[in-house]
Amino acid sequence: MSKSNTKKPLKIKQPPDIYPTKTKAQVTIIFFAIVAMYLYSMNWTQRDMVGDITDAPANMVSVLGKFFPPNYSYWSNIWDEMALTIQMAVIATTIAAIITVPLALLSARNITTFKPLYYATRTFLNLLRTIPDLVLAVIFVGLFGIGLLPGILALIVFSLGILAKLISETIETVDMSPLEAMRASGGGTIQVIWTGLVPQVLPQFTSLVLYVFEINVRASVVLGYVGAGGIGQVLQSQLRYGHIAFPNAMAIIVLIFIVVLVIEYISSKLREALI
Amino acid sequence: MIEFKDVSLVYPNGTQGLKNVNVTINDGEFVVIVGLSGAGKSTLIRSINRLVTPTNGSLLVDDEDILKYRSKNLRKLRTKTGMIFQNYNLVKRSNVLKNVLAGRLGHTGTLRSIFNMYSKKDKSLAYESLKRVNIEEKVYNRADELSGGQQQRVSIARVLTQQPKYILADEPVASLDPPTSHQVMTYLKKINKEDNITTIVNLHFIDMAMEYADRIIGMRAGEVVFDGPASEVTEKTFEEIYGRSIREDDLRGGTES
Ligand SMILES: Nc1ncnc2c1ncn2[C@@H]1O[C@H](COP(=O)(O)OP(=O)(O)O)[C@@H](O)[C@H]1O
Ligand SMILES: [Mg+2]
Repeated sequence: MSKSNTKKPLKIKQPPDIYPTKTKAQVTIIFFAIVAMYLYSMNWTQRDMVGDITDAPANMVSVLGKFFPPNYSYWSNIWDEMALTIQMAVIATTIAAIITVPLALLSARNITTFKPLYYATRTFLNLLRTIPDLVLAVIFVGLFGIGLLPGILALIVFSLGILAKLISETIETVDMSPLEAMRASGGGTIQVIWTGLVPQVLPQFTSLVLYVFEINVRASVVLGYVGAGGIGQVLQSQLRYGHIAFPNAMAIIVLIFIVVLVIEYISSKLREALI
Repeated sequence: MIEFKDVSLVYPNGTQGLKNVNVTINDGEFVVIVGLSGAGKSTLIRSINRLVTPTNGSLLVDDEDILKYRSKNLRKLRTKTGMIFQNYNLVKRSNVLKNVLAGRLGHTGTLRSIFNMYSKKDKSLAYESLKRVNIEEKVYNRADELSGGQQQRVSIARVLTQQPKYILADEPVASLDPPTSHQVMTYLKKINKEDNITTIVNLHFIDMAMEYADRIIGMRAGEVVFDGPASEVTEKTFEEIYGRSIREDDLRGGTES
């Protein structure tokens, strides 16, 4: 035994806390900062609120009343538009899933060991994610005019940001040892990735793509609202007609509600089965 | 034949992995490399298939200096040197057959391997290899359903499927219990004799080295400090290689099951 190992028993005055003092101080400061932000913004919104809140319930009932009963016979006119919206989400998700693969590989630290390339891809994806989907749609509608194409493009860019990030994080958690074995047996880069990496991330990949598909169905409704085609655009035009068209609009909302629920149900069942 | 000629390797962080190594390994030999943890055994073995690249000297495999190799030649080199790892390095989610077929990667075009279009010959070779290590009944099991010893046998089958000229085994039994360790070493030895595949095994168990090796190379601090036939080796030799007296945990113990 060396001398350094003969240490005196530690004198403990009181048992140590689970968190160090520094962490506790930080958490406290953050907590109070958030509370202060809430208080400030509450105060701010109240000042800007026009009219009297006591009228709101009565108003709501009278406006909502104009939406009911929903005009379900209107559904026969909008099947095609609903289908377009779903197709838009399907096409956009599929294309995004394909483009994601190289981007996710390039932004995974364990695969792209060439640092500049890794940082460049990361930064690009971070930038992409800062653009809200609505802004993307407005930009693409401006570029390509009203229709499905700008909607699809907006969704592709929007999904790429999320997908590539989530998938590259999945890639970074894989077991690298089989990849080493593939390389040692003479495999080329693509072979190593295909046989050593893909089986490890495929379930997660599929699950994330389905998840982004769910998001895209909802997003494509909203995008239609700014002219990117599909059911959202019909909804917007109905609402513009005024009160007479409100029952039609309500029928659209109910249909969207049902479709989104069904798609989410199917997709979540699929994802459960995968993981 | 593998010839280390004054080979040194300094890692980017300045650690000296190998120091003026001069070693010749002849065809068909079964060589065991011993040394304490950190002695440079893995660095030596991984230089041979260029998973690491020595920074000085020349390293000849079949009379060609492999330190000059770039991508295409590297793949050829790796195709003829099979490797076995301490942690088996199987794709856990894939089945045994797929794992074993990965041994054919170096012989297979990229597109063919992507679409799993391995030839009939490759597939029967894979199955024969599994039979040689007596694990053919697990052919459709997922790799993570197997025990450690079974996984190591699958990884031996993968190397057999590769039909290499050399086998490099880096601590193949370090994660196994004594009976399984002996079983794995017995398979390696048998393959070495039957197929005349030059085999280099890193071990840190003295008793196993003496039992299985034709020749023992001792390493300390990146240098080769002993090189001779296993028959000449005594406990004293190991004390010199290790630079300390032999302890209980330097022995694997147990006998072949
Ligand atoms: N990638 C690396 N980078 C830096 N140093 C390394 C690296 N790999 C190994 N080393 C160092 O090189 C020396 C030899 O390591 P290694 O060949 O793994 O020894 P062994 O296999 O005998 O345990 C050790 O000091 C180790 O810390
Ligand atoms: Mg080692």
